Amino acid sequence: MPNMSLKKVPMPEQDPQVRNRNFSEVALGYTEEMAIEEAQRCLNCKHRPCMSGCPVNVRIPEFITLIAAGEFEKAYEKIYETNSLPAICGRVCPQETQCEQQCVRGIKGEPVAIGRLERFAADWYMKHITKPVVKSPRNGKKVAVIGSGPAGLTCAGDLAKMGYDVTVFEAFHKAGGVLVYGIPEFRLPKDLVQREIDALKALGVEIRTNMVIGKTLNVDELFEEGYEAVFIGSGAGLPMFMGIPGENLNGVYSANEFLTRINLMKAYKFPEADTPVFRGRNVAVVGGGNVAMDAARSAKRLGADNVYIVYRRSEAEMPARLEEVHHAKEEGIIFKLLTNPTRILGDEKGWVRGMECVEMALGEPDASGRRRPVPKEGSEHVLEVDTVIIAIGTSPNPLIRSTTTGLETNKKGCIVVDENTCQTSREGVFAGGDAVTGSATVILAMGAGKKAAKAIDEYIRAKAQS
Amino acid sequence: MYRILRKEILNPQVKLLEIEAPYVARKAEPGQFIILRVHDEGERIPLTIADYDREKGSVTIIFQEVGATTRLLGSLEAGDAIADFCGPLGVASHFEGVKKAAVIGGGLGTAIAYPQAKKLFGLGVEVDVIIGFRNKDLIILEQEMAKVSNRLFVTTDDGSNGTRGFVSDILKQRIEEGAQYDVVIAIGPPIMMKVVCDVTRPYGIKTIVSLNPVMIDGTGMCGGCRVTVGGETKFACVDGPDFDGHLVDFDELIRRLSIYREDERISLERHACRLGGVLNA
Repeated sequence: MPNMSLKKVPMPEQDPQVRNRNFSEVALGYTEEMAIEEAQRCLNCKHRPCMSGCPVNVRIPEFITLIAAGEFEKAYEKIYETNSLPAICGRVCPQETQCEQQCVRGIKGEPVAIGRLERFAADWYMKHITKPVVKSPRNGKKVAVIGSGPAGLTCAGDLAKMGYDVTVFEAFHKAGGVLVYGIPEFRLPKDLVQREIDALKALGVEIRTNMVIGKTLNVDELFEEGYEAVFIGSGAGLPMFMGIPGENLNGVYSANEFLTRINLMKAYKFPEADTPVFRGRNVAVVGGGNVAMDAARSAKRLGADNVYIVYRRSEAEMPARLEEVHHAKEEGIIFKLLTNPTRILGDEKGWVRGMECVEMALGEPDASGRRRPVPKEGSEHVLEVDTVIIAIGTSPNPLIRSTTTGLETNKKGCIVVDENTCQTSREGVFAGGDAVTGSATVILAMGAGKKAAKAIDEYIRAKAQS
Repeated sequence: MYRILRKEILNPQVKLLEIEAPYVARKAEPGQFIILRVHDEGERIPLTIADYDREKGSVTIIFQEVGATTRLLGSLEAGDAIADFCGPLGVASHFEGVKKAAVIGGGLGTAIAYPQAKKLFGLGVEVDVIIGFRNKDLIILEQEMAKVSNRLFVTTDDGSNGTRGFVSDILKQRIEEGAQYDVVIAIGPPIMMKVVCDVTRPYGIKTIVSLNPVMIDGTGMCGGCRVTVGGETKFACVDGPDFDGHLVDFDELIRRLSIYREDERISLERHACRLGGVLNA
């Protein structure tokens, strides 16, 4: 008999007033008992609507049934068949707009906590099981993957499972892309990302760090080195600035820089780690996405008294996940909605001392379908801050497109691909993730990596036969 | 890990390391730089490529011990290895159409100016090299520069080598004597590059400077190294580090270089203890 409770089994969390002073994980995960109880809420529907909401097609009812039966190891193995990074997805996927949105239980009450259960299975497996990985038989074909973010890692993992010798080229000294430099420790512990990557290495994936494709090597040279196909998963790492006066004052950061210092370089541990970060007392974060929430919550944890989210539309239009907005509010982040910066003010030594803003009102819907914010006349006011973090979005880095001949990109600098195969305008070159879509989500990047792996396999097989 | 093949002490604070890095050596060009990390808790710092040997697969860096990371790097010996060495980064310098050039190095900037002079001289350009130091004990690369220049001027702030003054004084003198430079390349502390640009501006001599802002990734993903050039924001790591000196906002660059001064002091103090341990071990 299923558990007919209308609500999800709650997941324990660190107390907001404790966690906003540390970088440890906020959400603590289910116990075995909680997981079984929640798993019993799944009705194991025949038509499995939840699966259609998952970009990597995890066999959701099957793994949940296994959890309900206490078969945690088998549940993990079921997930791993289609998802190479379950501990990560269970934590950072926006399940509310993906698998859980389709869940039948969500029609009346809350959907089954699919993400929390996926996370539980992955964490349980990591804690309890050490099994030698069974490498697939090698087929002797080499594939190069550019970028070790979610798209690249997924593509590499799937190809390795098919028997390919995969080499991942990463520009940074550490693999993981946004999983290591962007998403903070308190949402996604880095040792966990490392363990997922180590699992891929055990499958035979080679990761070469400090390799900037476009500089150290280029795509043509990868083919010369015997790679039969190349997957570009280089992301959208180029930060946008607002183009308002004062953006180059001391104390103004792009969210990418601020988060890279904190997450990748561990500046929150300074001086134990060598990289410093400026610890402001009053911090404004401009933007309303997940990156803005991450930056604001990180600034709070560095010891700021006041952290403001400055967003030009209203809360309803915020692109950040509901859960992140909720967490940010619990931790004391102050939301300045319908507010837009017009210039950043500095003191005589060139340090930030304030940000001039105007209030906005929502007008008619624009091309994106969202109501367009328009400034209210005479509403100028100054927010007294010593740090400004700009989190208004990113676009693809031009390094690869500018050094690869025959690679078509659109006017936003995104690589143009065939939607079904991730094939680019250049033979043997595939692309996916933010490099194609512009900044999107981890799970969409993983879905693209998966699709590309399948297409690369078909491409190499077809080539071998002709 | 990247092995140190050779170490040379050029003066009490300035050291040279030749590092085994075949992929970087294969592509390196004058004007480009690398980012390195000494150890696992280390920071990423940019250093200009001072020389490279494509056949041997090595890249030479020259650095001054100014803080925690460079002190630690300077304590390493041939046979040791560093954790990360990434490059070549930045845009290579362009020398098309240059017939006569002045290459100016201020202090450690001389190490960065060296590959430029070498390249120009190798292309058959008539090269004047002007290098300046605080005193004669700090002079580096004098012989190397002599080999890649038609005229070499070595000056010291205190006159301890017999020639007193700043590089900008020598440059002004050369221009007034009628030297017709197609380009002046100035590399050194921002204030020195600013002064050189002030000297060349009235004569309309094209002046290229190599900027040294704070960097993290060196690949254009953070904007920490942004500089204002001709009123526009540029990222020095991908758009530079070479820029038209007459368009650079040097005051902003100098200001932005001071952001972490207090943290740098804390880090150095902490490392002084740790380094003591390393050196005495």
